[in-house]
Amino acid sequence: MKDFSNRYIMVFSVVMIVSVAILLSLTALLLQPRQEKNVEVEKKMNILSSINVTSTKADAVELYDKYIRESYVINIEGEHLEGVDAFTVGLRAEQKKPLAEQYLPVFIAVDDRGDTLHILPLEGKGLWGPIWGYVALKEDLSTIDGVTFDHQGETPGLGAEINTTAFESQFLNKSLFRDGSFFGIKVVKGGADPQSSHEVDAISGGTITSKGLEAMVHDGLIKYEKYLSKNRK
Amino acid sequence: MENVEKEPLFSAKYRKLLTNPLGQDNPITVQVLGICSALAVTVKMNPAIVMAISVMVVLAVSNVVIASLRKMIPGRIRIIVQLVVIATMVIIVDQFLKAFAFDISKQLSVFVGLIITNCIIMGRLEAFAMANKPWPAFLDGLGNAWGYGWILIVVSFFREFLGSGSIMGVPVMEKIGVYNWGYEDNGMMILPPMALITVGLIIWVQRSRNKTLIEENK
Repeated sequence: MKDFSNRYIMVFSVVMIVSVAILLSLTALLLQPRQEKNVEVEKKMNILSSINVTSTKADAVELYDKYIRESYVINIEGEHLEGVDAFTVGLRAEQKKPLAEQYLPVFIAVDDRGDTLHILPLEGKGLWGPIWGYVALKEDLSTIDGVTFDHQGETPGLGAEINTTAFESQFLNKSLFRDGSFFGIKVVKGGADPQSSHEVDAISGGTITSKGLEAMVHDGLIKYEKYLSKNRK
Repeated sequence: MENVEKEPLFSAKYRKLLTNPLGQDNPITVQVLGICSALAVTVKMNPAIVMAISVMVVLAVSNVVIASLRKMIPGRIRIIVQLVVIATMVIIVDQFLKAFAFDISKQLSVFVGLIITNCIIMGRLEAFAMANKPWPAFLDGLGNAWGYGWILIVVSFFREFLGSGSIMGVPVMEKIGVYNWGYEDNGMMILPPMALITVGLIIWVQRSRNKTLIEENK
């Protein structure tokens, strides 16, 4: 191998870095619209699945427009905020803001039975990474009509079970409010009381994910307490 | 390497570059490199196939780039140059997956990025591409990536078939109807240790058929 001068090495490095930078920015720029579209479609599929509408990549946008009638952003006091698009609000970024400044998205859907449902997004921590989901509430704004959860990298067969129908369907018809005040849903290890309208079974072997999910549901929804109480029938 | 230029494109020597890594010089079963990702992405067949293709693209292209530049790359910074080339390729592949194979890119998550740290790639650049012309380097890249890829695909076949009862997402076991006879999927196959054991079984079979691979006990 030849011995190169220091000047050559400097020039070589600079040329290499500049060309790599140009190549990468071009790739990112050209592929960005497609990538954003993928993320948008996935979010719409998630929202739809919380109201039990099965969609595919091809028809998600169309079905979303059909079922989701309205979406808006409120604050912790339950007041509407103008000029913010609920769909583009990223919960992870919101959670870093002070509570009073957080944007809280609300999606209003009308399902095939003609019922109006409120869909609220959630974001929390599992064992290995973020978990998230959507909760659809019936017109009384307390009873759960459907949920959907997903995760980035929970353990397959254990924590990853939160996105299965078997787990999600337990939340059906549970209530968030007890005796007029916000209570949330308890994820119980070792068997939930089937009569209780506030308990679901945890996942065996997925304790930390289950606890994270319970905290996510509680902490995420209690921010909506004022809004929900105000609009409850 | 003096008379390389007179060689036909697929001479016996060049064909060996492609075929050796598949068997007796296999990066996973013989050199035991790249094991980490082999454990992580072999739960299902589809991600394993995409991972194999991604590694192939990264390795073949990086090998060609390094081989073409080999006389211009200053020896003192060659490792950094190799890393920059690999990292660039990996990011491009990752961006393409996010745009065109979103679901699989979510499943592969960090492991596409971790191709950068896959020892097979650095190893081939340093050991082969730095000393050879682009064409043999390209063949060497393809050969080694396939050597890595076919093991990944075989392991993922057994893990998906026995662990989830499906092949490439098609629920084969359910269609045969074995669940009605009381059969259950073996959940252990989904966990990482079973990938190691499956790779171990492949190594065992390979060594019992090819005695030259067995080290002498001293």
